[in-house]
Order: sequence, then C-alpha cells, then structure tokens
Amino acid sequence: MNIYRAHVLICGGTGCTSSGSVVLQEEFKNQLKANNLENEIKIVQTGCFGLCALGPVVVVYPEGAFYSRVKVEDVKEIVEEHLLKGRIVKRLLYSETVEEDNIKSLNETAFYAKQHRVALRNCGVINPENIDEYIAVDGYQALAKVLTEMTREEVIQTIKDSGLRGRGGGGFPTGLKWDFTYKAQGDQKYVCCNADEGDPGAFMDRSVLEGDPHAVIEAMAIAGYAVGADQGYIYIRAEYPIAVERLKIAIKQAREYGLLGKDIFGTGFNFDLDLRLGAGAFVCGEETALLTSIEGKRGEPRPRPPFPAVKGLWGKPTLLNNVETYANIAQIILKGADWFASMGTEKSKGTKVFALGGKIHNTGLVEIPMGTTLREIVEDIGGGVPNGKKFKAAQTGGPSGGCIPASLIDTPIDYDSLIAIGSMMGSGGLIVMDEDNCMVDIAKFFLEFTVDESCGKCAPCRIGTKRLLEILTKITNGKGTMEDIDKMEELCYAIKSSALCGLGQTAPNPVLSTLHYFRDEYIAHVKDKKCPAHVCKALAQYKINPDKCKGCSLCSRQCPAGAISGQIKSPFVIDQEKCIKCGACQAACKFGAIDKD
Amino acid sequence: MKTLAELQEIRNRALNQVNLRKEREDGIRIVVGMATCGIAAGARPVLNAFVKEIEKRNLQGVTVTQTGCIGMCRLEPIVEVYVPGQDKVTYVHMTEDKAARVVAEHIINNKPVAEFTIGEEVK
Repeated sequence: MNIYRAHVLICGGTGCTSSGSVVLQEEFKNQLKANNLENEIKIVQTGCFGLCALGPVVVVYPEGAFYSRVKVEDVKEIVEEHLLKGRIVKRLLYSETVEEDNIKSLNETAFYAKQHRVALRNCGVINPENIDEYIAVDGYQALAKVLTEMTREEVIQTIKDSGLRGRGGGGFPTGLKWDFTYKAQGDQKYVCCNADEGDPGAFMDRSVLEGDPHAVIEAMAIAGYAVGADQGYIYIRAEYPIAVERLKIAIKQAREYGLLGKDIFGTGFNFDLDLRLGAGAFVCGEETALLTSIEGKRGEPRPRPPFPAVKGLWGKPTLLNNVETYANIAQIILKGADWFASMGTEKSKGTKVFALGGKIHNTGLVEIPMGTTLREIVEDIGGGVPNGKKFKAAQTGGPSGGCIPASLIDTPIDYDSLIAIGSMMGSGGLIVMDEDNCMVDIAKFFLEFTVDESCGKCAPCRIGTKRLLEILTKITNGKGTMEDIDKMEELCYAIKSSALCGLGQTAPNPVLSTLHYFRDEYIAHVKDKKCPAHVCKALAQYKINPDKCKGCSLCSRQCPAGAISGQIKSPFVIDQEKCIKCGACQAACKFGAIDKD
Repeated sequence: MKTLAELQEIRNRALNQVNLRKEREDGIRIVVGMATCGIAAGARPVLNAFVKEIEKRNLQGVTVTQTGCIGMCRLEPIVEVYVPGQDKVTYVHMTEDKAARVVAEHIINNKPVAEFTIGEEVK
C-alpha cells in the first residue's frame, strides 16, 4: 500500500456536489498529474463537513487547511502553491480559521467549537466508499465486541442505560423498543431503518448515510443480534441518489468482508441487509406506513396497537429505528453507556444533529449536546441572522413542529423542553426566521405541505387540513374574520385528537404555535388588513411618494397591469383597483419613490 | 470474516491511510523547504525519500510537509525536524541517502545527525 504525504479531502455530500465538487475532483486529478504529484498526494471523497453554506469544501491534511467556496480555477493555485511548495493559499481559507497571520485549527472556529460530533464523527473524515477507512477508525469493533463478548440481554441493557432516545422525532427510549422486540414471540424478526427523511429543510440522515454508511450497517447488525433478527431493510427515499449509491457500495463491501451474511466472526450469527426505495410520499416516514410500503403495498398508516415490535413487517416482530439513532449505537457499545449518558440533560442524553437553514449565516449541519440553548445554536454556531436583521423565531420539527419565538431563545434544546413550549424536536430541521418572515404565511406554507402529503385514508387529516388551509388562505388574502381564527383553533384540536397517524395528529402544530406566540400578526391580517412583515401580497399596497417622484414615467411603462398613470414631470399615481402587487414599479424606480406598505 | 484477528489486521493496515487526518500536537514533523530554490536544488526526491522511509519502517505519528523559502537558498535542500519538547533541528544540503540516515538516527533513535546540520555547514 502506498503512503501519501498529503491528503486532499473533497466533500462529496449533496450540498457540495450541487455546488460543483465533482468537477473539482477531476481538476485536482488533472493538476496533480500535471505536477507529477499523483503518487505523493491522495484525493479522498468524503461526506458532509457541515458547513454547506461555504461549499464546495476542500480540506488538505496534514495541515488541516480548510478551503471554502473553491472554484475550478482555484485548483491550479492550491496544487502549485500549497501541495508543491507548501504555501497555504490564504485567500481561499475559511475566513474564520485565519486570524491575523496565524491559521487556527478548524475545531477552534465558532462553528465547530461548540459542536460535539458523535453521529457525525466520521463525516468529512473518512472516504465513505472505502470500508477499510471505516475499519481504521474502529469500525465494526462494536459488532465484534457484541458478538464475542456480550449476551443479547447485556446489549439491550447497555442501550437502555445510555438513555438514547429515538432521533426520528418521537423520542421514544431506544433500549425499550429493542427490549419489546426482543421479548416479542415470533419465528422470524426484522430490523428496519427509517431513512425516509421528508421534513422540508432536514438533511441530517442524508448526510450520515452519505458520509458514514457503515455506521448504520454495523448498528443494524448489532440490533439484529440483540433482538434476534437475521434480515434487515433500509427504507430510503429515492430522492437521495448519492446516499443510495454509497449504501449499495457499503453493503457490497461488508458482504465481501463477511461482516454481513452467514456466520459472522465464526459465531453462528447471520445477518443480511437490503435496500427499499421510497417513492416520495411523506407519510411513508410514519412507521406503520413505512412497513406497509416495504411489503410492496400502498404506503398507508394503520392504527396502533399492535406496535411494530409485536406485529410489524409481514406480521412479524420488527424493530424500526431512525438513521441518526443507529449512528450512535456503535459508539455507545465501544465507549460505554456512562460515556453517552454523561452528555446532554437529565432526560435527553447524548447529542442531536440539526440542519440549520433559513435566515442564518452558517447554513449547514451541526451536532450539539442536548441542552444547548437555541441562542448558542443561532448566534454562536450559526453565526447569527445575516444582513443585520433581527431574529424573530425558529421553526423546529418541520410540518409537525412549531415556532419558538425570540422571547424563548434561551430555551435549552431537548425533547421535553421543546414539547413544553409547543414545538417538538422532530427529526432535526431548524429553520431560522427574521423580521421579514410573516408567521401566518409560514403556517400556510406548512399546511400546503401537509395537504399535499396527506395520504387521504382518514377524514380528519384529509378534509381537516384542507379546511385549515382554506381559512389561512382567506386570512392572508385579507378576507378573514375574527370568527375564522376561533374556528381554526377549534378545528386544530379536533384534527389533533382524531387523526389516524402522526402526520395528521401533528399537522395543526404550525398553526397552533404561531397562533399562540404571534396572535397579534393574525389579528393584524384580519382587523387592520395589514401584513406586518410585508409578505402577504394581497395585503400589500404600493404607493408613490409625490415628494420623491420626478415624473419620469419609467414605472408606468414597466407596469404589466396598466395601473400607473400621470403627467410627465409631475408625480404619478397607482390605481389600487388595478394594481396586481407585482412590485415591478418599485424595482424600476430610480429615485426610491415607491413605498410598499 | 471469521475471526477477530482478521478485523484487527485490516484495521492495522488501514490505519496508515487515515492517520494523517487526525489533529495532533504530539507528532514529529519533518518540514522540507519547497520554494523554487529548494525544488531546483532537488528537494522533491528528498521529500519523497522521507515519505518512503517512514512508510517502510511503518512509523506512526510522523508527518512530512513542505514549507516555503527559508532564506538560505545556497544551503538548499533544507529540512527542518520538529520533535515535540525539543529544539528544532535544521539539516542542509540534503540528499536521499542523508534522508534515510536522518530517519534512522534522529526520528527513530532521537539522536540528531550532527554532521548534516546547519551548525556544521557554516563553521
């Protein structure tokens, strides 16, 4: 095996791939060849580093130089300056790592300093398509330990003691779930993985699978041993082509090494895995719908109990965990339950990965100990709200969650604190909103999503969410009444208490939480016919300020509705009846004379 | 895979592939001057010789990196060795053969090769 003096790590996650990292890799290959360096320097494609906003990301070791937003034209310079002559190209470094003349370690930057990477420990470190690299960082040691040194009961007890709870959103204790499946009677049992990550703005599971697929495979084999299953399925959405491809490669390599298959480590334990691709229905992330879909039927939920642990896939006891939950398992086995339980809060142990999005400086992926406050996530790690705007709220839990207003920014993030303030952990999407976001519009956005994604099996969800959306649309159009708000609230509680599955039961949450914290905005829409954030088009009014207007007629020539008229060289006027609120006049005006109200 | 020993073997073999990427402060650093002057004087073969020696002897925690011009172009190829807790040692007029001796005597046995150092040269 050849030893290389330097490694060039190029992020191959979905974020960086879409900003062009594949082309970069090609260019690095060409440039290394041109400089005769291909036997000295190795190119490694890795998973996500987390700083997606700065992609494509390239890291050069042993220096650990973190290059951000690298363009194809920059590659030549990096190769000739840094790799050949040893002069780090400072202008391309992530600015946070450069302090006067010193180059700081990446781990000292604000984005990484407060993070604690457990589930993401190998993302951006190893090549996910090479099983040897995973083994080098203690991969499959946990499986070996479990199979050769631990009884099934001991494994389950360790997971119980660690305090790990389901990372898919519900937060059910993982050890208990394993125990139920272990104790269930059945000649055949299954272990499944929920990788149908569908919340808008959430991409944690994708990044784990893209960056460290073997961690999930190893954990599923451990779970198989613990509950007594010899077959597993990973249900992954087809919209994640890179993750699907890396999983396929990983499963193939694990089979070749005999880490999946028959008689693993000569212990007589058999376990194999297959992939099942989801066709894009959000409801298939719900556990009973997911299992029904694996069976090849239409992905619709069914009432529980019986829970999957008793009657799951093809009526057999089935263990179903989320990707991130599995990503913690091997570490818990190797480092012990106490180590895991030492992180986090009393009832929420360990770390949680969040996908930061929306109005935030460092869009990307972060992993923090439970109990970190929202303020630390948004201001320190996330780098705050850009463009000098004020933080207004954060949305967690996707379409099932709620908004956390600025007044509660010091709330520690854990399962129970979030539920107490009317939101939820969810799978880990965290969307930051500033003063330019209208909360009624946000609620409407999520309702549009649930109306689209409702499977239609039960009436409360199918009809109820539709009616909710209609009322919200009415309000954003300025036609709402105060009775509508009350009616909406009543309808929310009715849906919550009567819908069949989690999707319907949580669908009203975005409405309820915005009503709770931002009722004044709803009232402004209804009573004053105003949208305080100037988002809702129907409520906006464009007006020409006669003091500033020079009468150039540029706006009236741009107006597609013919709503602006006037005499050249004297102030023009907008006819509010004809105005379609497109904003073309405001964009065209050279004197800033058109105000939006 | 039938035994734990097999897993251990793959792990040991693969460790070399990823060790470079660990953030470490305790390792030995060998820094080769690779500015135009260094390259012209033959720094590339010297650098490769260091990498090859380290690989051959399976040394852990030793990294080879380059640096720019140190300012004494007439003494190139220049190599600096940083051992944690000790003074930096600067070797001058390096060759591939000298590199092999530096690895054997300095890196492994912690005895700097005095005759190649800058102090001897400028005497």
